Amino acid sequence: MSHQNEWPLWEVFIRGQHGMSHRHVGSLHAADAEHAIRNARDVYTRRNEGVSIWVVEAEKITASSPSDKGPLFDPSRDKVYRHPTFYDIPDEVGKM
Amino acid sequence: MDAAQKPLFEFLLRQGDNALVLGHRTSEWCGVAPILEEDIALANMALDQIGQTQLWLGYAAEVEGAGRSADDLAFLRDVYDFRNLLMLEVPNGDFGRTQMRQFLYDAFQVPWLTQLQNSTDTRVAEIAAKCLKEALYHLDRSSHTVIALGDGTAESNKRMDEALAFLWPYSGEVFVDDETDHAMATAGVAPLLSEIKPLWLETVQTVLVQACLTLPEGDYAQKGGRTGFRHTEHLGHMLAVMQTLQRSYPGATW
Amino acid sequence: MYAQMVKSTGKGVQSRNEMSPEDRAFQDRIDRGEKIEPKDYMPPSYRKTLIRQIGQHAHSEIVGQLPEGNWITRAPTLERKANLLAKVQDEAGHGLYLYCAAETLGVSRDELVEMLHSERMKYSSIFNYPTLTWADMGAVGWLVDGAAIMNQVPLQRTSYGPYARAMVRICKEESFHQRQGYHIMIRMAKEGTDDQKRMAQDALNRFWYPALMMFGPSDKDSVHSAQSMAWRIKINTNDELRQKFVDETVPQAEFLGLSIPDENLRWNEETGHYDFSEPDWSEFFDVISGNGPCNAERLSARRKAWEDGAWVRDAMLAHARKAQNKSKAAE
Repeated sequence: MSHQNEWPLWEVFIRGQHGMSHRHVGSLHAADAEHAIRNARDVYTRRNEGVSIWVVEAEKITASSPSDKGPLFDPSRDKVYRHPTFYDIPDEVGKM
Repeated sequence: MDAAQKPLFEFLLRQGDNALVLGHRTSEWCGVAPILEEDIALANMALDQIGQTQLWLGYAAEVEGAGRSADDLAFLRDVYDFRNLLMLEVPNGDFGRTQMRQFLYDAFQVPWLTQLQNSTDTRVAEIAAKCLKEALYHLDRSSHTVIALGDGTAESNKRMDEALAFLWPYSGEVFVDDETDHAMATAGVAPLLSEIKPLWLETVQTVLVQACLTLPEGDYAQKGGRTGFRHTEHLGHMLAVMQTLQRSYPGATW
Repeated sequence: MYAQMVKSTGKGVQSRNEMSPEDRAFQDRIDRGEKIEPKDYMPPSYRKTLIRQIGQHAHSEIVGQLPEGNWITRAPTLERKANLLAKVQDEAGHGLYLYCAAETLGVSRDELVEMLHSERMKYSSIFNYPTLTWADMGAVGWLVDGAAIMNQVPLQRTSYGPYARAMVRICKEESFHQRQGYHIMIRMAKEGTDDQKRMAQDALNRFWYPALMMFGPSDKDSVHSAQSMAWRIKINTNDELRQKFVDETVPQAEFLGLSIPDENLRWNEETGHYDFSEPDWSEFFDVISGNGPCNAERLSARRKAWEDGAWVRDAMLAHARKAQNKSKAAE
């Protein structure tokens, strides 16, 4: 069975009320980008969740590969000096 | 009710009954729309209309001052007391006709509610401002849908053409001013409908061109909905369904 | 529950020795509580079982719109109409989220819909029962959504990431559904007229056993549970959840002044649980195999909606493609 007439899948990103970054909330089907925005409004902001919507066609997303997980993410594990707790500051200095 | 308040009551029933009847028809799509995304969108439209009904009929009931509530007005009046447009009570037909009706109505509601925001009646102005936000989105959605379906395929174009031909005669009564409308205009509550018509027509023409559809010829108008003089046979059946519990179990609370 | 009879491998749990090294690594990830994501390695049987389970769950939401949709146009007040419509709309939304989760496993929504329509996939038995009075809207919200929530809350911790995330969203949204139903029951059973009380009791009588069936067959007859539990796509056993449901629901019925239609129902001091009668499992198997009171109507309503909507789906896409070509030509 062919599904060439199925509406494409879109990924939906919404910025909530509090000025945070757009966050992935889910997916939906729509004929084109504008239609996807309207559908996202109706499907994903029913409970007053959003102030801004991004949509992107799912097949346009480039994702990292699970097999690269080691080389991509493990090397940052031992770079503890990037975290504030690495640096001991005497208590008498106060809050820093 | 004070005789001076009668036109305002009548005016409010017209707004409220439009929302009630359209909301009811739209809710009939729940669970059976062409695709989930449209099912959800239609339910949102219906929910907006139910909310608008509560506002308009709630105010109507206050103006009447007879101790009735919005629910009493919705569930305990009979056909001849309803004041909605005929266009909104006729059966949904296919998805195309439902969308065309929504579009023709939204294209009227947007300029109408825009002007009602300036009403001398502050309650009317407040309700209109709230409803306008919803109507603007409805118009955005319904006009795009009408354009897509009109332009889409040979079959969809034919269906939309038929929908337009079916609905067109019902659009005539929307803009015929009567005594109530003149009384409201004189009081500064609402503009005359005849003043809204050119704005409506401009939107309709713009969208129909993009939808590859042509405005039907002939200006014969079916009327009798907003005056309540002569509804279609369909309204009685709708009310029989809508009012069944309130009619069958008088006085019960739900 | 919404996925009552999901076939997994049907062979029981694979032992570690039988597993390939990849499958063993996969099972280790699950045992560590890691989430499996769409592009990660997964055994073909895990993928297949999940597609069935999530698909069945999604279909249940969609078919589940129908029995409650049956009362939207007859809701007795404007507020009740809005509450019910919003709830049934949520079910469409939940079906949508779940179909999207299934799509990450490499099956399209259209394929899933076709499998529902050709009866190659099932949906929950509960939606094959008719809704006859307004009290059924109360009973469905209270009992059916109550049973559903009981199953769905633990599924937020399921091993497959997209499924777990869909369940988080669904649980958050569903929290009002059961309360909405119980609120209808309070109004009718506790505060209502004699007619309304009768309707409320009648609804409980008709929905009690079908609600118990929602958790699926008894553990001893549930051949697919063990593997699904090892994969963490099923968190509790059917009988555990059924008992929890009975324990929570009985006091709620008492509060309403309604009686549960079970002569054997009684509190057991020793176990700290209620003893209760099993539903008629032959009825369950009849319903699940297509012979319930509303199976034919529910499926034909879904098929009709889908077929009637084909021209709309085609036209919207055709328009989008035309517009795209036009803008390309203009570049």
